[in-house]
Amino acid sequence: MPQKREQDGIYQTPQHRHRLMLITPLLVMLMVSGCSSLEPWVMPYERANLADPVMLENRHGSAGAYINHVHDARESARGAVGSAGGGCGCN
Amino acid sequence: MAVTDQWLRHTLAHCLMTGLLIALTTMLPGTGRAATLPVDAVDAFYHRYEGGGMTIDGPAILVRKSAGNQASFSGQYYVDSVSAASVDVLATASPYTEERTEYTVGLDYLQGSALLTLNYTNSSENDYEANTLYFGVSQEFFGNMTTLTLGYARGWDTVGEVGNSDFSAEADRQNYQFGISQVLTPNTIAGLDLEVVTDEGFLQNPYRQNRFIDPNDPTSFRYQAERYPETRTSFAAGIRARAFLPWRASVGANYRYFTDTWGINAHTVQLNYVHNLSPRLTVEGGIRYYSQGQTDFYSDLYDFQNSQTHLARDKEMSSFTGTTLSAGIQYQWLQGVMPGVDRIQIGLLVDYMDFRYDNFRDVTASGDFLPGQEPLYSFDAVVTRASLLFEY
Repeated sequence: MPQKREQDGIYQTPQHRHRLMLITPLLVMLMVSGCSSLEPWVMPYERANLADPVMLENRHGSAGAYINHVHDARESARGAVGSAGGGCGCN
Repeated sequence: MAVTDQWLRHTLAHCLMTGLLIALTTMLPGTGRAATLPVDAVDAFYHRYEGGGMTIDGPAILVRKSAGNQASFSGQYYVDSVSAASVDVLATASPYTEERTEYTVGLDYLQGSALLTLNYTNSSENDYEANTLYFGVSQEFFGNMTTLTLGYARGWDTVGEVGNSDFSAEADRQNYQFGISQVLTPNTIAGLDLEVVTDEGFLQNPYRQNRFIDPNDPTSFRYQAERYPETRTSFAAGIRARAFLPWRASVGANYRYFTDTWGINAHTVQLNYVHNLSPRLTVEGGIRYYSQGQTDFYSDLYDFQNSQTHLARDKEMSSFTGTTLSAGIQYQWLQGVMPGVDRIQIGLLVDYMDFRYDNFRDVTASGDFLPGQEPLYSFDAVVTRASLLFEY
């Protein structure tokens, strides 16, 4: 009989951990594949405004990212400052 | 905590690898779009931070060149020249100067319709050596309306101490990044970023000290060494959105929530406005507000020596708020300005920062104060960046 340990209402047994490890990537896959059942609602020819340089998060090259280094050195919070690209499909 | 951290790392590693596998297997021809390599460029800037008794400045230059249609190589050189007389330094030591030099080499590679990125960074100063290896993969989906980015970084640092050649310690770090960016309307884009960072090893500053009430004289205090836990795991989630405005401008908003196993919770809110005045001239302005709670083991003044297992009086571990006001200007010349150059851009960015601490007291304040009665510490700083970009 495997020993169970309840923590915050979740049973942290190896079986449950294994199940979580399987479920998480499956959810990611569903999120990604789920997109294919929908039709894109913004066509490429409608993206002129999104492609405008004023829509870029960083318009200053490596000088733009430097400010994150300044904040990281003086604050405890770190990460999640925008690793994903623009995503406008404008290139 | 160690068992939980170990399990979390194992789970994250598994999820990341499976996620990468899924991303790579869905990047078959036809499912995504042809990604593009970064533009060939020479990107240089000068930076200067001045405030709170610290002056940090120096140059940085990045050169990027593609090789064929699939690969782009980059190299960056960056310098921090530090002149330090901050409240932490003045409280227990003497002002000093030092230099930090950082080199980064990188490769971006197109594999099918995926863009793979590999970077290695070495940062070196007289008492700290840091190495970081980063791997990331990025792909657009769903009619190019969605961009998914997965990243993993591993860092390994060696910590030293000036004046104590016998001291050497290690600190390892791992970053797990997930980012998704989504076109919402012809004028709006939004994004979500998640990042988990795990640290292990010597995580404190060997020079920083904390204070406790002198058992022989309650009207004064004494110092003892900091003592941090040897593991730390943090989680950050950020959301962002940007909208195009009809007069050729944009407005952006960001929010980030942060929490870690040391008990720190933080919130960051940012608003930014960009305005195009002419095809060549763009101006921008913004405001950023940051707020954090203190770590579980922080105290400005402990009751007695070694009163708890972990001890910290770093102001970065305390409860405080920070407000930043930003302004910037950018001017560009397009094709024809110089043979072989597609675009030249110059820029100037100035940030004014104001930090106010809720429970970190200024022991260098003039006057006669009992321990714990000193005024609360605050400081402001100005960050200046001047940039020059050549695209060719």
